Amino acid sequence: MLRYISRRLLSILLSLFLIITATFFLMRAAPGGPFSGEKKLPPEIEKNLNEYYGLDRPWYNQYFDYLVSIAKWDFGPSFKYKGQTVNDLINDGFPVSFFLGMESLLLAVSLGILLGVIAALNHNKWQDYGAMIFAVLGISVPSFIMASLLQYVLAIKLGLFPVARWESLQHTVLPALALAATPMAFIARLTRSSMLEVLSNDYIRTAKAKGLSKGQITVKHAIRNALLPVVTYLGPLSAAVLTGSFVIEKIFGIPGLGSQFVLSISNRDYTTIMGVTVFYSILLLFSVLLVDIAYGLIDPRIKLAGGKKGE
Amino acid sequence: MKKRLSLLFSLMLVLSVFLAACGGFNKKESAGEKAGGEKKADVPQELRVNINTEPFSLHPGLANDSTSGTVLRQTFEGLTVIKNGKPKLAAAESYDVSDDLTTYTFKLRDAKWTNGDPVTAQDFEYAWKWALDPKNQSQYAYQLYYIKNGQAFNEGKAKAEDVGVKALDEKTLQVTLENPTPYFLELTAFYTYYPVNSKIAQKNPNWYKNAGPDYTSNGPFKMVTWEHNNKIVLEKNETYWDAKNVKLTKISMSMVNDPNTELSMFNNGELDWAGSPTGYLPTDALPQLKQEGKLHVQPIAGTYWLKFNTEKAPFNNVNIRKALTYAIDRKAIVENITKGEQVPAMAAVPPTMFPENKEGYFKDNDVEKAKEYLKKGLEELGLKDVKQLPPITYSFNTNEAHAKIAQAIQDMWKKNLGIEVKLENAEWNVYIDKLHSGDYQVGRMGWLGDFNDPINFLELFRDKKGGNNDTNWENPKYKQLLIDSQKEKDPEKRKQMLKDAETILMDELPVAPIYFYTNTWVQKDNLKGVEVSGLGDVQFKWAYFE
Repeated sequence: MLRYISRRLLSILLSLFLIITATFFLMRAAPGGPFSGEKKLPPEIEKNLNEYYGLDRPWYNQYFDYLVSIAKWDFGPSFKYKGQTVNDLINDGFPVSFFLGMESLLLAVSLGILLGVIAALNHNKWQDYGAMIFAVLGISVPSFIMASLLQYVLAIKLGLFPVARWESLQHTVLPALALAATPMAFIARLTRSSMLEVLSNDYIRTAKAKGLSKGQITVKHAIRNALLPVVTYLGPLSAAVLTGSFVIEKIFGIPGLGSQFVLSISNRDYTTIMGVTVFYSILLLFSVLLVDIAYGLIDPRIKLAGGKKGE
Repeated sequence: MKKRLSLLFSLMLVLSVFLAACGGFNKKESAGEKAGGEKKADVPQELRVNINTEPFSLHPGLANDSTSGTVLRQTFEGLTVIKNGKPKLAAAESYDVSDDLTTYTFKLRDAKWTNGDPVTAQDFEYAWKWALDPKNQSQYAYQLYYIKNGQAFNEGKAKAEDVGVKALDEKTLQVTLENPTPYFLELTAFYTYYPVNSKIAQKNPNWYKNAGPDYTSNGPFKMVTWEHNNKIVLEKNETYWDAKNVKLTKISMSMVNDPNTELSMFNNGELDWAGSPTGYLPTDALPQLKQEGKLHVQPIAGTYWLKFNTEKAPFNNVNIRKALTYAIDRKAIVENITKGEQVPAMAAVPPTMFPENKEGYFKDNDVEKAKEYLKKGLEELGLKDVKQLPPITYSFNTNEAHAKIAQAIQDMWKKNLGIEVKLENAEWNVYIDKLHSGDYQVGRMGWLGDFNDPINFLELFRDKKGGNNDTNWENPKYKQLLIDSQKEKDPEKRKQMLKDAETILMDELPVAPIYFYTNTWVQKDNLKGVEVSGLGDVQFKWAYFE
């Protein structure tokens, strides 16, 4: 297990290095710079700024300096937001995105599994059809439409929640719902199909024959095995959801990291682009690793280290 | 098996702890806001607006975007302030100007910073020199280039002592200018010219990064909260010299960067103002808001135009440029596409600066004339037919409204002149790079005035290599008129010179004006006294709820 993890960590480091390198050069290749704008700066001022931020030095110097400062977890000052460092932006934005992501992840997982289980237990009955119609809607309606719809119905028409902004727990409900809709639907479908498969297995019949109640069979025997595909999906999903969604954050005016990421690109805010990319990559790579480890815990049949013989 | 299940549950537990830990919310405040809204007899003087995005910087010397300007304009005060379109004395009590219009002596009024320090002439001197100091990296330092040796100091060619701003004593500020600048009192209302509390700034160079006791300002409001990317809260500044005329007790500025959400929040009573100048309204909603009589429209100093690259064929021919310019139906564009009651532009300088420019220098949609000029232009180029024209590409930055305008103009040129045009769009930074480097044929651009003077629009085309010309057009007579106008003391004569220059510009047409911008917004009916200037800036000092 330890060997496996250390091997994986090494490959994570390598991927990270490749990501940093690719981003660095792609970013520099894009036309325009952090100081180009509608009103062109006098050349002297632009030169002065480029010197200050080290943009006038040869690319290899900039590149290696950058690698060193990343290793020290120092992403440098933001080019656009004067007086804020990229570390500040991440420290401010990530907890917000993380909180929202967690909330929608909880919603998606709990409601998704519930719907899926109900549908599977009532296979081909109205509960099944109802849950699956719900799921198809959730998958096919894009999140920005879902967001506007929620705003219109729950906030403007019914007045249950505020339209937007990030102030109290109430403010988080609509964006979390909008963000959760698609993954929830997906999880519901996944759970349903794997639940159906599991329910037809012999050991379920055995459990039934032993006289266990339906509830016990479902919870103790069926769900546990049916959840494997959900866990697979959970890894990339949580990385995607926790880092924040640009669309949702924009529509609801949420000060998260997702909107920072997209804005930094159109701002050509080099340090922010790099900082947030590195941060995201680390998050994504580690969440995939965690999922692989979680497999081993949930399903003993999966061996991480390639297996010891005879076990 | 039970062990594993408990693992799952403990995971869930960890998740919920995270949830609880992350909830750093300020519940007290939102409760207070609600309670305030219900009182009827005594209307609460609390304003809620949306400013779209995080301001780039709330240091007057570093700010270079309109969002920062909106906040600074409420918290700081310059020597002058713009009211009803004219500069009015603010931090200055009186001023003298020398006969050659190059030396201004301002007498400051007795005013205090939010921490009780007196506002002194040294604070102004410090702030202006700080912004000009090359080591402080101010992008807007060039706004101070009007001051003697300002540019030289900023480029490292002069010393700080040489800069033409000097505190003669605590309350007297002497400013020497590079050239006579007839609009200097407009400039002193601009945020780069605001003072900075020199006592604090010297002690704590990071004073401007967050709200707090060191964030001192001298304007009608003080900043009490700044949650980055989320909100800014201003409260009335009790130490302000004119505090008795400030009625609002609080301004909450949220940062929601979505026009549809902004309007929904307004409709739901979460904002008192939606739209320009602090935010935006969705274009699709404008006709309905207009119909309901809710829409406020105000022309501002901005022009949407097409730039011609006058060094690329066929745009090197003035008659071709004229033909293309005359063949555009501007009325159709503003009525069907932009929908914000924009004014068709047949001139370069907006009517807020030259009121007679509502009419302009030529007729809108003058197809007959356009055809004549096209014929003439083709002859001059030695071509028999429009089909022989080199291929034409119209460029714009990727945006729905720009795309619609481009398609409309493409259609008009084809229908009216038989000219085929290709459209090409690019992301903003890529686009602006192409434009500034001359890698285009026709491209859209907007220009908004920084201060209320026609020179703002005309000087773009003074020098072929001027940073914002882009058209490669230059005209010696035009250039001379602009240079002479800087030295003219008589405002009427100066205006005539600028008009003459504009006449040349509109005859040569390196740019085809399309429309003059407007600000459109909706506001609470009982909100009064908000001052939106002709430049599209907002000042809340005199605002109140009835």
